[in-house]
Amino acid sequence: MFKGDFIQNLPKIYGTYTGGFLVFIILMALAEQAGVSAKNIGVMFVAFTVLIYALIGYLSRTIQVDAYYVAGRQVPTVFNGMATAADWMSGASFVALAGGVYFGGYTYMAFLVGWTGGYVLVATLMAPYLRKFGCYTVPDFIGTRYGGNLVRACAVFVLFIASFTYVTAQINATGTIASRALGIPFEAGVWVGLISILICSMLGGMRAVTWTQVAQYIVLIIAYLIPVFWISSNVGGGIFPHLMLGDEVARLGELEQQFGLVKNSAADMKAAGVPGGLKYISGTHSGVPEGGMAVWKYLSLAICMMVGTASLPHILMRYFTTPTVRAARKSVAWSLFFIFLLYSSAPMLATLSKLALMDPNLPTGIIGKSISEVQSIEWVQRWSEVKQVFIADFNGDGILQLNEWFMRGDVVVLATPEVAGLPFVISGLVFAGGMAAAMSTADGLVLAISNALSHDIYYKIINPKAETSKRLLVARVLLVIIGAAGAYIASFRLTSILGSVAWAFDFAMSGLFFPLVLGVWWKRATREGAIAGIIAGIVSGTVYLTWVFPKFSVPIWGGVNTPFLGIDHLRFGLIGAPICLVVMVVVSLMTKEPSPATQKLVDDTRIPTGKAILGKQH
Amino acid sequence: MSNKDAYWNKTKNHMIVTLVLWAFFSLVIFMFGSELNTMSFLGYPLAYYMTAQGSLLAFVIILFWTANKQEKIDEEHGFSEREDD
Repeated sequence: MFKGDFIQNLPKIYGTYTGGFLVFIILMALAEQAGVSAKNIGVMFVAFTVLIYALIGYLSRTIQVDAYYVAGRQVPTVFNGMATAADWMSGASFVALAGGVYFGGYTYMAFLVGWTGGYVLVATLMAPYLRKFGCYTVPDFIGTRYGGNLVRACAVFVLFIASFTYVTAQINATGTIASRALGIPFEAGVWVGLISILICSMLGGMRAVTWTQVAQYIVLIIAYLIPVFWISSNVGGGIFPHLMLGDEVARLGELEQQFGLVKNSAADMKAAGVPGGLKYISGTHSGVPEGGMAVWKYLSLAICMMVGTASLPHILMRYFTTPTVRAARKSVAWSLFFIFLLYSSAPMLATLSKLALMDPNLPTGIIGKSISEVQSIEWVQRWSEVKQVFIADFNGDGILQLNEWFMRGDVVVLATPEVAGLPFVISGLVFAGGMAAAMSTADGLVLAISNALSHDIYYKIINPKAETSKRLLVARVLLVIIGAAGAYIASFRLTSILGSVAWAFDFAMSGLFFPLVLGVWWKRATREGAIAGIIAGIVSGTVYLTWVFPKFSVPIWGGVNTPFLGIDHLRFGLIGAPICLVVMVVVSLMTKEPSPATQKLVDDTRIPTGKAILGKQH
Repeated sequence: MSNKDAYWNKTKNHMIVTLVLWAFFSLVIFMFGSELNTMSFLGYPLAYYMTAQGSLLAFVIILFWTANKQEKIDEEHGFSEREDD
C-alpha cells in the first residue's frame, strides 16, 4: 500500500479520511441527541482519532534507513506543508494561544508575528540548502559541513536542550487533555499520551510521523475552525469573523472604558485565594502601549521567536523529506499557509469570547451582573469546581467587576463553545483537536531527539560500522527512552521548573542559528569557529537565563536581577545568538580557511541540481 | 564570471529583497504601532489588524512569491530540477 501508488493516491486517501471524520462528527451529534452522555462522547472522540493515528503508524512501518529518517524523501509539497503545520502547532498553540490573546491583547500578539515570520527565514536561509545537502538530521549538516565529531556533538547537545525543553511541555499537554477527555487521573493521562505518541512513531520513524501528522492536521484544523465560525454567527459576529469583527473590537474598547482596567494587588489576590495560573483582564485588547520600551518589548519578542523558529531542528527536518529542493521551498510556503489558517483565527476567537463574557447586552455576558446570579450559571459552576475559573468580590458590592473574574487561558478554547450555547459534540471535537495538536508536536520532537542521538552520536561517532538493522533498533530504543523520560518528568509536574516553551526557541537560536546560516552563506566559516560559536552562544544564553530568571537567580546569584535592556527570560536568545555570531566570525577569521574540498561542498550545496552532498543511504 | 557565480549573486540579491520585505512586515511597521492604530482597515485599528492577521498573510504571500521567483532564477541559469529528480 505504501509504495509509489500510495503517493499518487494521497489526495484520495486523505479526502476519504476527511469525509470519514466529518461523518463521525455527525454520528456523534446524533448520539448526543439520542442521549449519550457528554463524557462518553469525549471518550469516543479521543479514542477514535488516536486509533486512526495508531493504524497509520502501523501501516507505515519500515526497515529502511532513509524511510525511517526522512520518509524516503517522497513527501509531496502540500502534504509536507500540512505535516509541518501539525508538527509546529503544539497543544499549547491549540489550547493556549487564544487565551494568550484574550488576556494579553496586542502585546501578546508579538508571538503570532514571531511564530509565523520565522518561516520566511526558514525558506530563504535554510530549508532548500539543507534539502540539497541530503542530511538526515540537523547535526548531520553541521557535522559534515564543518567536519569532525566535536562540532557534531556540540550541535546534538543544543538540539537536545532545545527539543527536550519543548517535549515535556507537549507530553504534559497530551496528559492534561487525555485525562480530561477520558476522565482519568493526570499521571495516567501522561502515560496514555506517551503510548499513543510512541505507537505513531516507533515502527515507521519519520515516514509514520509524516502520515500521522497529516491526519492530525486535518483533525485539528477542523476542530479549531468549526467552533470559531459557529460561535461567531451565534454571538452576532457575522459568518466570516476574520473580516467582520471590526465593530466587535471597537466595542471591546468601549467596554474596557466602561468597566475600567484595574490592576489587582498581589496581596489582595492572595487574601482572596485566587488559584495559581488563573488570570484576569488588566490590559487593553487592541490598544498599543505607549513608549519606546513597550515597542522594544514587542520587537524583541518577535525577533526571538522568528530566529528561534528558523533554528528548531524538528521543523527544519521536515524539509528533508521533500523530493526536490524546489519542493522544499514551496513546502515552506504551504506550511505557513496551513499555520495561518489557525493563527489568524485565534485572535478572532479571543475577541468573540471576550465579548461574549463582557457585553452586558448579550445573554452570555457576566461582567457587571450580580455575583450570585453568575455563580448559578451551569458552566461557571462546572469550571469553578475544577478551579479553572474563580470569582473574588474585592470591593464587596456583590457585582462582578472585570478585575474580579479570574480564568485560566485554556478555558477560552475549551469553554467558549459551551458559553456560546454550542452542543457538547463541539467540545468533544475540541478535545480531539487538542490531542492531535499535542501528539503531533510531541511526535516530531521525540523523533528529532532520538534521530540525532541514534544517527549522529551512535552511528557517526560510536559505531560507524553498525548494520542497518542495528541502527534502526538503536533508534527505536532511544525513541522509547526519550519519550519515557519526557513523560516521567511531565508526570511529576516538574514542567514548571523547565519554564516556558519560549525557552526552546531561545536555546535553539543561541546555539544553532548562526552555525546553520553561515554554513551555507559564508564559505570562510571554519570548524573551530563553529565549535567556539555554538559553545559561546549556548553557554552565555544559559548563564544569562539563570541570572535573569528569579527562580534560578535567587539560589545561584543570590538575588533578583533587573533584566538588561528589558531582555527577560523569554528573550535570552538575544544575548546568546549575537555572542555566537561574534565568536564564530572572529574565531573563523583567526583560523585557517576551510579546505578546497569543503569550499566545493558549500558551492554544491548552493545549487539545486546535481547529486546531494550526502548519499541516499549514509 | 562563471554561470555558478552569476546564479549565486542573483540568489543572494533575491534573498536580500525577501528579507527586506520580511523585516518591513515583522519589525518596521510595529515600530509605529501607536501611530498606525489611529488608522483603520476593515474597521479594525491598523496595528491591531496587522499583528492579528495582516502581517501573517503578508508572510504567506511573500513565501509563495519568493519560491516562484527563485524557480525562475534556477531556470535562467539551467539549474532547474527535473520533475522526477
